[in-house]
Amino acid sequence: MKKKLVGVLLSVSMVVASLAGCGSAAPQAAENAKTETRVADEPTAKADSAASEKLVVGFAQIGQESGWRDAETMSIQTYAEEHADTVELKFADAQQKQENQIKAIKSFIEQDVDVIGLAPVVETGWDQVFAEAQDAGIPIILLDRTADVDESLYATFIGSDFIEEGKEAAKQMAELIGGKGKIVELEGTVGASAATDRKTGFDQEIAASYPDIEIVASQTGDFTRAQGKEVMESFLKSNPDIVGVYAHNDDMALGAIEAIKEAGLKPGEDIVTVSVDGVKGIFEAMVAGEANCTVECNPLLGPLFFETAAKLKAGESVEKWVKSVDGVFTQDVAADVIDSRAY
Amino acid sequence: MKKRLSKLSGSQAFWPVMIFLAIILFNTIMTRGEFLTISIVDGHFYGRIIDIFRNGGKLMILAAGMTMVLATGGTDISVGSVMAISGAIACSIINGNLLPGLGGNVAMAIILAILAGVTCGLWNGFLVSQIKIQPIVATMILLVAGRGIAQLITNGKIITINSDAYYFINGGYILGLPFPLYIVLFLVGLLLLFVQKTAFGLFLESIGCNPLASKFAGIKVNKFLLAIYTISGAFASVAGLIESAGIKGADCNNAGLNIELDAILAVAIGGTNLMGGRFSIFSSVIGALIVQSITTTVLALGVPAAYIRVLKAVLIIVICLAQSSKFKVSLGKIFVGKRGRKEAVAL
Repeated sequence: MKKKLVGVLLSVSMVVASLAGCGSAAPQAAENAKTETRVADEPTAKADSAASEKLVVGFAQIGQESGWRDAETMSIQTYAEEHADTVELKFADAQQKQENQIKAIKSFIEQDVDVIGLAPVVETGWDQVFAEAQDAGIPIILLDRTADVDESLYATFIGSDFIEEGKEAAKQMAELIGGKGKIVELEGTVGASAATDRKTGFDQEIAASYPDIEIVASQTGDFTRAQGKEVMESFLKSNPDIVGVYAHNDDMALGAIEAIKEAGLKPGEDIVTVSVDGVKGIFEAMVAGEANCTVECNPLLGPLFFETAAKLKAGESVEKWVKSVDGVFTQDVAADVIDSRAY
Repeated sequence: MKKRLSKLSGSQAFWPVMIFLAIILFNTIMTRGEFLTISIVDGHFYGRIIDIFRNGGKLMILAAGMTMVLATGGTDISVGSVMAISGAIACSIINGNLLPGLGGNVAMAIILAILAGVTCGLWNGFLVSQIKIQPIVATMILLVAGRGIAQLITNGKIITINSDAYYFINGGYILGLPFPLYIVLFLVGLLLLFVQKTAFGLFLESIGCNPLASKFAGIKVNKFLLAIYTISGAFASVAGLIESAGIKGADCNNAGLNIELDAILAVAIGGTNLMGGRFSIFSSVIGALIVQSITTTVLALGVPAAYIRVLKAVLIIVICLAQSSKFKVSLGKIFVGKRGRKEAVAL
């Protein structure tokens, strides 16, 4: 009986606390919205002050997740440091938790930043906090990952076009094997957008432009080295006459290279490799002549992010999807750029 | 002859071996003989059968260790994470990130990685035998934390190393056969010798059947449990070395991910009761080969990615049915019934 009473008390206090939380946030948002309208009423004043005022950007990063993400964080922080006279960055590390990102966004709203940047850790559950930012008149930029919300709730998405990456990989593959021959494909994790789109782009481009290239087998290697190797071992046995392998990420390609070696063939010569991402390991393999080409999924989004933020602050319109520029690296240039690889 | 045959079919390893042969036969027919082809490439044997033995090496080792844990009525679900730790330690030492004083010494890297596995095993054994935490919960701690520890060691990045001596663990060949096979023969052989030639195996079964009675009979149950979890941890670290040598690096996010389930499945297919008691390490090793050959089958058939898991599940159901004594008895009744009628007609 006593326990029950305590439980009831606890739950009541929790409800009260959460209500209080909502209550305090709402007036804040309204206040911010007010300031925004006031600024909008005086367009000339805004233009004047914008020249002298710093661009204040809040960025909620996912956390330390991979070398790729570290490189992205570095890119954003370095840009802010280099342009310290025009840009102020408020950085929040969410440690892989959505609630931390939501807290960070709420605090950015309270601090009345000009633009909020976010790399969403998950796709769903953003509607309310995005709406709060919108009420406060602060545009949101999504970086490298999309969120499952109505398009009107965020200003723009900056990121790679996986389908384009696939198409670019197809072109590189065609060039490497002279436009004809049998090739195999190592797919990423079933259902991941990077895997689905990189496959769609590649397969479409091959089918449309290179009728003499045949994709004889395509299976998932789950984006991992170990599986990339195992699947490639199998491919090599059922299709000994292949001339190229396309992998949806570099790690699977690195696994495939091991399998090719074990089959007594020379990776990079007997069987060429084209993969996507641009991690350091693949550059080492290219320098060693074992890999041929990688289509970079560029993490150095800092400059593009701040340029877009500046445009948004100035009231210019931006595309709903700002596509980042992905580079293509081949064996020829690998040795020159390997030392500058940040991730 | 007939007597010997019935003795053979009565042994625990009989059905697993039959199933394994059936899978090989099925694949040979489906690939029109390509599956069985073994050629010689660069002075070593090369073919899908060789792949099964090499890629199945780590699972065979894990299954051997897991059999003993399961025989005591426990379980060890931390083996995948221990694999990640051992790979991370070995690769970090070799590339000089960890203990640079060792100068990337491969032998020391391997020894320290195995020591780490032993430590993990001791920890599991301590929790199970001294603190009396349920084995699945006790080892779940390392299942979760172990991968985190591995990620801490490598800073969450995939480490790539360059050491031919280390590659040999997975990619090396002796007399044309892959090196992992020799590791399996050595470890499993040692274990079999120990279990069959000493009273160790008998005590294990006894603990699995009734730990309390075993204790009263004078068996030091706690020490046994500690030893068994330690062996499982050590075996897992060796499996981790094989895995990381295969990809020439440490991939802490994926190394040995979910492999504990494959190991338990291998033991179950081998016919060992997961509740403890009678066990057969040899059957579990064959069970591991079956699990590996299922993967190879799926790849050889070129099944589209989306169907792989379902197909694997169907194969596992079929195998488990073939293993179920109740199912076999009811199936046998159908045949016996028919034969009985035929005999009656003949009479």
